[in-house]
Amino acid sequence: MAGTAVRGRLKPLTWQVATVAEAVDETARVRTIVLDVPDWPGHRAGQHLDVRLTAEDGYRAEREYSIASAPGEPVAITVERLEDGEVSPYLTDELRAGDGIELRGPIGGYFVWDGDDGDPLLLIAGGSGIVPLRAMVRHRQRAGSDVPVRLFYSSRTLDDVIYRGELDEVGDGIEVVYTLTRERPAGWTGYNRRVDGDLLREVAWPADEGARAFVCGPTSFVEAVAEGLVDLGYPPARVKTERFGATGS
Amino acid sequence: MSFVSRGFRGRPRDTGDPGRVPPGQYVTEDFPVLSAGPTPHTPLDEWTFSVVDGDGRTTWTWEEFRALPSETITVDIHCVTRWSKLDTTWQGVSVDTLLEAAEADSPYVLAFCDGGYTANLPTEDVTGGKAWVAFGYDGEPLDPEHGGPARLLVPHLYFWKSAKWVRGLALREDDEPGFWETYGYHIYGDPWREQRYAGD
Repeated sequence: MAGTAVRGRLKPLTWQVATVAEAVDETARVRTIVLDVPDWPGHRAGQHLDVRLTAEDGYRAEREYSIASAPGEPVAITVERLEDGEVSPYLTDELRAGDGIELRGPIGGYFVWDGDDGDPLLLIAGGSGIVPLRAMVRHRQRAGSDVPVRLFYSSRTLDDVIYRGELDEVGDGIEVVYTLTRERPAGWTGYNRRVDGDLLREVAWPADEGARAFVCGPTSFVEAVAEGLVDLGYPPARVKTERFGATGS
Repeated sequence: MSFVSRGFRGRPRDTGDPGRVPPGQYVTEDFPVLSAGPTPHTPLDEWTFSVVDGDGRTTWTWEEFRALPSETITVDIHCVTRWSKLDTTWQGVSVDTLLEAAEADSPYVLAFCDGGYTANLPTEDVTGGKAWVAFGYDGEPLDPEHGGPARLLVPHLYFWKSAKWVRGLALREDDEPGFWETYGYHIYGDPWREQRYAGD
């Protein structure tokens, strides 16, 4: 994979106890948790962090979550409750402002956008795959970048759209295009079908515009989109992907 | 006093024999996918596997590779993203077979792959019946999204070391970081010591 090599960090990532500053419901199943992290080295848009829960009997469960906030903003994660999950229901239903939570990070150096190369940015999200892409959108806004951004976001229903209010007001230079795959409200004018090659041809910039693509969502979604972009002529090295399986709670 | 998460009791999943699941992992029945870019699709008539030693190169075509002795392997696998999958069954050629045929001898190898991925491994971790180039899963050809036509299988290390779409092994005198290792993942990746990230 072409790309600028980044040396691995030298310091180990250590666990620390952060405090929940705020918990905000995004949808019926999704909550954003804003954290006060005492010793945070800063992060890049697209990185993630590890969360560790410990029960009184010492039992522990760890998961990774994408960071939802832009570099320079308070650290936040956005969590979707998985009904059979062990960690996500705790984060969406139990955790509240003032609670402590153990984490470490940031993690990952490939699925990141620093916004310093000027290339158009094509962001394609399926479901809660929007989270790291939202960090990129916010980073562009905070950095005052004028890089053209097109965000294509596939959700089941309008009520499942995360950050809807925010995405409705992203402002100049950022286009947001939705598709709703299961149910549409009356008068819906966005797309109404699952992503495929034809839909991508309509929403993605032509390959010769030199865009960078970031694709995040469930595996089948990411496979379809990444393959579709390559078919449209996007060089594979310009299509960065992050996938989550059905069971990653 | 160690930290306790208020109100968290945990709901341990079926972890089977606890001695089989490394710390921080949970058992899944699914086979999740982790990769950084589009899935490559190299036609079998263009596929080769090579052992590269400086200027020397021993290469097998797909037909030659498939004519090598192969084994069925049943192993547990552990992904750094915390899922473990027990009793997975693969078909593959032992890396011993490939390195012996190439008369290879070096302290490290760097697996190289379609899509430009690499993964670094000590030679002693891919020899002695510990690693394979797998072309089958559950009796079927290995699915491209899981690394087909062939991937490395090094089940005793975190699964990113089992590089997908592998096309060869380059012999190395030094432990040169591969793709994920360059982005902060551990240089060795032992799940039993939770070597997830550099410095762990």
